[in-house]
Amino acid sequence: MAVTQETVQTVQEVEKYKYGFVTDIDTDTAPKGLNEDIIRFISARKEEPQWLLDWRLKAYAHWLTMEEPDWAKVGYPPIDYQDAYYYSAPKSAEDGPESLDDVDPELLATYEKLGIPLHEQEVLAGVKNVAVDAVFDSVSVATTFKETLAAHGVIFCSISEAVKDHPELVKEYLGSVVPYSDNFFATLNCAVFTDGSFVYIPKGVRCPMELSTYFRINAANTGQFERTLIIADEGSYVSYLEGCTAPMRDENQLHAAVVELVAHKDAEIKYSTVQNWYPGDENGVGGIYNFVTKRGACRGDDSKISWTQVETGSAITWKYPSCILQGDRSVGEFYSIAITNNFQQADTGTKMIHLGKDTKSRIISKGISAGKSQATYRGLVKMMPNASGARNYSQCDSLLIGSECGAHTVPYIESRNRSAQVEHEATTSKISDDQLFYCRQRGIGEEEAVALIVNGFCREVLQELPMEFAVEAQKLVGISLEGSVG
Amino acid sequence: MSIADHQPEEFVKIMLEIKDLHASVDGKPILKGLDLTMGPGEVHAIMGPNGSGKSTLSYVIAGRDGYEVTEGSILFNGRDLMEMEPDERAGEGLFLAFQYPVEIPGVSTMNFLKTSLNAIRAYRGEDELDAMEFLKFVREQTATLNITDELLKRAVNVGFSGGEKKRNEVLQMAVLRPSLAVLDETDSGLDVDALKIVGEGVTGLRSPERSMLVITHYQRLLDYVIPDRVHVLADGRIVASGDADLARELEEKGYAGFSKAAA
Repeated sequence: MAVTQETVQTVQEVEKYKYGFVTDIDTDTAPKGLNEDIIRFISARKEEPQWLLDWRLKAYAHWLTMEEPDWAKVGYPPIDYQDAYYYSAPKSAEDGPESLDDVDPELLATYEKLGIPLHEQEVLAGVKNVAVDAVFDSVSVATTFKETLAAHGVIFCSISEAVKDHPELVKEYLGSVVPYSDNFFATLNCAVFTDGSFVYIPKGVRCPMELSTYFRINAANTGQFERTLIIADEGSYVSYLEGCTAPMRDENQLHAAVVELVAHKDAEIKYSTVQNWYPGDENGVGGIYNFVTKRGACRGDDSKISWTQVETGSAITWKYPSCILQGDRSVGEFYSIAITNNFQQADTGTKMIHLGKDTKSRIISKGISAGKSQATYRGLVKMMPNASGARNYSQCDSLLIGSECGAHTVPYIESRNRSAQVEHEATTSKISDDQLFYCRQRGIGEEEAVALIVNGFCREVLQELPMEFAVEAQKLVGISLEGSVG
Repeated sequence: MSIADHQPEEFVKIMLEIKDLHASVDGKPILKGLDLTMGPGEVHAIMGPNGSGKSTLSYVIAGRDGYEVTEGSILFNGRDLMEMEPDERAGEGLFLAFQYPVEIPGVSTMNFLKTSLNAIRAYRGEDELDAMEFLKFVREQTATLNITDELLKRAVNVGFSGGEKKRNEVLQMAVLRPSLAVLDETDSGLDVDALKIVGEGVTGLRSPERSMLVITHYQRLLDYVIPDRVHVLADGRIVASGDADLARELEEKGYAGFSKAAA
């Protein structure tokens, strides 16, 4: 009841705002379509300062001049950007199911296989009565976290809160790694982003915990245009885990997020993602279009940014977590597992831009394709003129399951410095009948055997994940490939 | 009262009963009316020249795809093996030691053993072993086979020497405790020292509840694993059977006479 009242009140307040809509406004959703008024509406709902609204509008104006990229090896019908909602407040508890009995049993079966505790299942499924408890619970958990983190000077909050509470940090860093004009989807995100996370680690602080669980619960209500900004000041360290380890049956088709990381001198950021958005059904109907821009800047000397991703969901994945290695001796790493099944398409990889001296990058990519899916690794390694002594090592392995899928490797290498070294290795293999039969003769069922073999294939990447996450990721590998053999 | 309710003593004593088995690979007949009966705890050797159908027999028993049974039956502990998937056969207590053990990159031998044992325990409705129980159990088995913890950490068969691969097969047999083990040319690719370790390892696993079907080209493994019965396989059929002396006879005289008999 209180929640409803609050919503009504908020809407009334918005209506008073000079740029706010007075007509046709659902209680929690902006009208369909995209125009300046929608952007003003979003900014107003979030009570943003003028500079941020100006930035959004600048991005929107630029977006109108841009064309949707078509170079990726993915195919999808044209997206009508006017036929989508760009602001939808989290659904109120009233809309939730009464209990787990009302939740899609297939969804629950997946939670079960992932070993997600019952209570957390309820939160993820948005169960009504429990959800209130759970929200209360997660708020208190978050508060406990926040106190511990605050004692170390760590800021961890939503980006909306950060805009209000730490405007100087947001103003300095927002768009400093992925500028508003960067690319079609990132620019769209700049114009309409609704929320996301903000992290600041002060000088010399090693973040006392993995920033994970809180986010995972929170992620259930995260919108389709997230914006995340992480800043690691000099000599600091943070490990950040993003993503939901359970499928989210999202009606929205387009998901265009932006993540920016900044590592100052001697700082290290480890960013891990497990992406398991709804991939569509076995006939390729539905699913998320996941067009994400992720980039980290190693600004200071001896800084390090490490991306680890396990991509199993989404109908289409278009994602290239990148590192700009500005500081001397800075290090960029990219560890990736991309699994596609049925009609999924993934075009993913990384960009390593070497600017500083003796910078190093390492790329380990494991692509697994099954069903009628297509997986492409697309990566750029660029050695700029000042990157003396820079080194890169890339390894791209593809594994095919069945005979109707495809794996593609597209490495781009540009070197403008004679002393820079670039190494690239690539392999493509199939799960052999010998391997499957060997496992099955040892009592291991067919699907479990595939999961075991694929997990072995991915081991180098899985071991980069924090322990707790790695176990869930391993299970997810098995679940994603169910039905791919036999 | 039906027969199933009250089985005669003799029936229970048969572990494996193969009757008039015909099998083809890619449409080509390989096994052409093979009969074989084994009791619990018995060790039988199948000897024969290359191309006589030895490996086909082991794959047919284990249920490999592409090995098509066109006629005949295989009963294992009274149950029809043909009705079961390969992993179900393993759950029922059937084990095949491979002639060419397969590499599984990135999967540690320890993890593979644990996954395998727990899958079989689950099939039998037993609880899974936790990591500590399992480690203790495996260490009891590794000692006699001269297998180090280092080897257990390595990926399954990846970069293993011929001897290591075969010892790994015997270790899996020791861990899974099958009621019927089919050893397909387990002696191939072994030097004298490795043969001794493997041979003694296998002999150590003999028990009244465990039958073994030792498929081999040479007699040398049978110096360690003394068979109760020896059968000569030629052109897809058992053409002669005898005791351990038959193996020695074959070693001296070769298969020439038997191949002719089959033709």
